[in-house]
Amino acid sequence: MDLSYLWFGIVGFFFIGYFILDGFDFGVGMSLPFVARNNEERRVVINTIGPVWDLNETWVIVGGASLFAAFPMWYATLFSGFYLALLLILISLILRGVSFEYRHQGKGAKWTGLFDTFIIIGSVVPALLWGVAFANIIQGVPIDENGNFTGSLLTLLNPYGLLGGVVTLALFFMHGLIYLALKSEGEIRDRARSLAVTVGLVAVPVGGGWLLWTVLQHASVSHVLVIVAFALLTALALVAAILLTRSGADGKAFAAMAMTIAFAVLTILSALFPNVMPSSTDAAYSLTIENASSSTYTLTVMTWVAAFALPIVLAYQAWTFWIFRKRVTVASIPVSAH
Amino acid sequence: MLEWLDPLILARWQFGLTTLYHFLFVPLTIGMAFLVAILQSAWVYTGKVQWLHLTRLFGKIFLINFAIGVVTGITQEFQFGMNWSDYSRFVGDVFGAPLAMEGLFAFFLEATFIGVWIFGWDKLSPKVHLASIWLTSLSTLLSAYFILAANAWMQNPVGYEINAETGRAQLNDIAAVLANPIALASFPHTFFASVMFAGTAIVAVAAYHLSKGQYGDTMRVALKFGAVANIAAFAGVALSGDSLSLAMVEAQPMKMAAAEALYETSTNASFSIFSWGTPDGLNEIFSIRIPGLLSFLSTHTMTGEVEGLNDLQAQYVAQFGAGDYMPIIWLTYWSFRWMIGLGGFALLVSIVGLWMTRGGRDVKGWAWKVAMWTAPVPMVASLIGWIFAEMGRQPWLVFGLMKTEDGVSPLVTGLEVLISLVAFTLVYGALAVIEFRLIMKAVTTGPEEWASITDETAAQPNSLATVY
Ligand code: HDD
Ligand code: HEM
Ligand code: HEM
Repeated sequence: MDLSYLWFGIVGFFFIGYFILDGFDFGVGMSLPFVARNNEERRVVINTIGPVWDLNETWVIVGGASLFAAFPMWYATLFSGFYLALLLILISLILRGVSFEYRHQGKGAKWTGLFDTFIIIGSVVPALLWGVAFANIIQGVPIDENGNFTGSLLTLLNPYGLLGGVVTLALFFMHGLIYLALKSEGEIRDRARSLAVTVGLVAVPVGGGWLLWTVLQHASVSHVLVIVAFALLTALALVAAILLTRSGADGKAFAAMAMTIAFAVLTILSALFPNVMPSSTDAAYSLTIENASSSTYTLTVMTWVAAFALPIVLAYQAWTFWIFRKRVTVASIPVSAH
Repeated sequence: MLEWLDPLILARWQFGLTTLYHFLFVPLTIGMAFLVAILQSAWVYTGKVQWLHLTRLFGKIFLINFAIGVVTGITQEFQFGMNWSDYSRFVGDVFGAPLAMEGLFAFFLEATFIGVWIFGWDKLSPKVHLASIWLTSLSTLLSAYFILAANAWMQNPVGYEINAETGRAQLNDIAAVLANPIALASFPHTFFASVMFAGTAIVAVAAYHLSKGQYGDTMRVALKFGAVANIAAFAGVALSGDSLSLAMVEAQPMKMAAAEALYETSTNASFSIFSWGTPDGLNEIFSIRIPGLLSFLSTHTMTGEVEGLNDLQAQYVAQFGAGDYMPIIWLTYWSFRWMIGLGGFALLVSIVGLWMTRGGRDVKGWAWKVAMWTAPVPMVASLIGWIFAEMGRQPWLVFGLMKTEDGVSPLVTGLEVLISLVAFTLVYGALAVIEFRLIMKAVTTGPEEWASITDETAAQPNSLATVY
C-alpha cells in the first residue's frame, strides 16, 4: 500500500487524540461559570486538568508538524487559507495556556477573575472554530490551480460550517463535564453530571442533523456506506454517553464520550477520503492524499520514526494519567498554596 | 487596494518578531531546566535542605517562563503554513521531517514530564521525581537539536535533490540532514549560550538577596553555582562558536565576509573589534584591529584566505543571475560583535564577582547592582546572535535555493498579515509585562515559602505539592 494512505491515517490518529484529550480541557474550561460557585471550587475544576492540559495540547502541535512532514501541500493550503480563523485559535490557545499558569500567581478577585475569563474564552473559541474549520474542509472551499485558497474568513461562515462549529462546541462541552464528573466529588460532580445530560439533549439533535447533512452531501461517493456507518456509530456512542452519565457510571460515560469524538473524526475523515482538501472551484484542483503528500522516501523515514516513538509516547502518557488518577477535591487544595 | 500593505515586508516582520519573542524564553527554559536538575540532584544525593530551597526557587522561575515558551511555540509551528505557504510547499518534504521528529521525540516528552514534575512532588519517590526533571531537561535539548537541524538546512541545504517534475526539494538522505555540520555546531553553541543566561539569572537572584542581607548561606551557594555555570558555559560557547564559524565559512562565505564587512578578498585578514566610520572600510576613521584573527576564525590559520564581499557578489551573479546577494552589512557587522562582546562582558562579571566575594567577603551595593543588571545580558547576546544568523542569510530563505521573496504565501493579503502582526504584538507585549512582574515577585518573595520547608518537613514531600 502507498504510505501516503497510512499517513492519512496517522494524521487522523493525531487529530482524534487531540480532540479527545484537549476536547475535555475545552469543556472543563467552559464549565467554570456553571459548575464552580467560588474560587476554591474553580481551583478544583482547573486542577482536574492541571497536570495534563499541556500534554493534551501537544497533540495538535505534533499533529500539525506531521501534517507538514507528510502532506506539505495540505499544510500550506490549509494554514494560509484559513489564516484568520487559525489566528483566532492561536490567540485563544495562548491566552488559555498562560491563564492556567498565571491565575493563582496574583492576589485578588480581579486578577483571578480576569484569567478565568481568558480560560473560558480560550476554551469556547477553539472548540467552535475547529468544528467550523473541519466542516469546511470536508465541504470543500475555493482553491485555485496552484493550490491556494481564494476565499476569505466569510467563506468559512456558511450554514454547514457554522453548524459543524456548534456540534464540536456541544460535544466538547459535554465531554469536559463528563470528565469533570469523573475527576471530582460532591456538589461539583453532581452539577457537572446534570449539566452534561442537559447539554447532551442539545447535542443529539444538532449533531444528528450535521451528520445527516454530511451523509447527504456525500450520497454519491462510492464508499458512502462507510460514512453512514461511522455517523451511526457516532450517534449511538453519544446516546450511550448520555444514558451512562445519567446512571452515574462516570468511567464508562467518559469512554463512550471519547468514542463519540473518535467516531465523529472518523466520519469526517471518511467523508474526505480520498481527498484531503477538495476544491469547490474545480474538482481537478482538489488536494488528494496522493498529490498532497511527501515523497516516498520522506514517508518511509517518518514511518520508522513513528513506529519507534509512538508506542513509547503512548506508554508514558498512559502512565501520567495513572499517577494523577485520583479525584480532585476542595480538601486537596492546600490553604497555604501560593 | 492598500498597496503600502506589502505582505512580504509584514510577514518578515511578523516572523522576526514572533521568533525573537519565542527565543526570549527558550534559552531560560533550556538553561534553567538543566541547572535546576543539577540543583535537585544535589538535594536528593546530599539531603541538604539548602539545595531544595534553591530547586524550589529557581524551579518556580523556570515554570513561569516555561508557560510562555510553550504558547509562543505553537505560533511558530503554524506560521510556516500561514505566512510562508510557498516556502512550505517547496521544502516541506525535507523541512517537515525534523519538525515532526521534534514533536514526537521532544514535545510529548517535555509536556508529560513537566506536568509530572510540577504535580508529582507528593506522588512519587524522590528519585523518580528527580528523573522527571532530568527528562524535562533532556526534552528541551532534543527540541533544540531538531529545530536547529531544520534551521541549519535553510543555512546549508544538504541531503536533498530537486524533483525535476515538481521543482520542489525532496529529501534523499535524512542522516545528512540530521548531521548537517551547521546543526552539529549550532546545537552546543545554543545550549551553552542558554546555560550562560540561566547562570547569570541565578547570580542576579543571589545578588538581590545578598544585597538585602537575607538568606546569606543559601544565596552564597547560589551565587557560586551560577557564576561557575556561567564561566564554564562561556568556554563551551567559545569553542562551539569557533566550529560554527568554520562550518559557516564553508556553507555561507558571504556571511563571514559580511560579519567583518570585508569587501576585498584578503589573506591574513584582521578582525576589527570596533570601528568608526562606515563599516565598509572605505571611510574608516578609527578602528581597533586584531591582525589575522578573521583568517584564524575562518580557516584556523593566521594567513588563510578570506573571500571578500565583492568577489562573492560577482561569483553569485555568475551562478544565480543578476541581483544583490549581500545582506545588510552594518547589521551583520555589528550583530556579530555585540553577540561576542556581551557574552564576554557576562563572563567578566562572573569572574570578577567570584573573586570579589571569595571566602564570604561582602561587597559594596553597586557591585550587587552590576550583578543584577547583568542577568539579561547573555539573553540579549543570544537574540543578537540569531539576528546575525538569519539576516546574514538574506536575501536567501533557503541558501542558494529559494529567495525570501519567493516563499511568502501568495494570496494572503497584507491586511490579514497586518491584523495578525498587531494581534501578536499586543498579546505578546501584555504577556511580557505580566511575566516580568511575576518573575520579579517570585524572585523577591519566593523564599518566604521556605519557612515551612525545614530538614524535617523536606522529608515529607506532601508539604511540597503544587496546585494551580
Ligand atoms: C550568550 C550568547 C552567545 C555568545 C556569547 C556567543 N554566541 Fe554565537 N550565537 C548565539 C549566541 C552566542 C546564538 C543565539 O545561540 C546563535 C544564533 C544561531 C545559533 O546557532 O546560535 C549564534 C550564532 C553564531 C554564529 C552564526 C551561525 C550561523 O549563522 O549559522 C557564529 C559564527 C557564532 N555564533 C560564533 C560565535 C563566536 C566565535 C563566539 C565567541 C565567543 C560567539 N558566537 C559567542
Ligand atoms: C529561535 C531563534 C530564531 C530567531 C531569533 C530567528 C530570527 C529570525 C529573524 C529576525 C528573521 C527575519 C529575517 C528577515 O526577515 O529578514 C527570521 C526569518 C526567518 N527564520 Fe529565523 N530565527 C530563529 C530560528 C529559526 C528557526 C529555528 C527557523 C526554522 C526552523 C527559522 C526560520 C526562519 C524563516 C522561515 C524566516 C522567514 C524568512 C525571512 O524573513 O527571512 N528561524 N528569523
Ligand atoms: C522557528 C522555529 C521554531 C518552531 C516552529 C518552534 C516550535 C515550538 C513549539 C510548538 C513549542 C511548544 C512545545 C510544547 O507544547 O511543549 C516550542 C517550545 C520550545 N522551543 Fe521552540 N520553536 C522554534 C524555535 C526554537 C529554537 C530555535 C529553539 C532552541 C534552540 C527552540 C526551543 C524550544 C524549547 C526548549 C521549547 C520548550 C519550552 C519553552 O519554550 O520554554 N525553539 N517551540
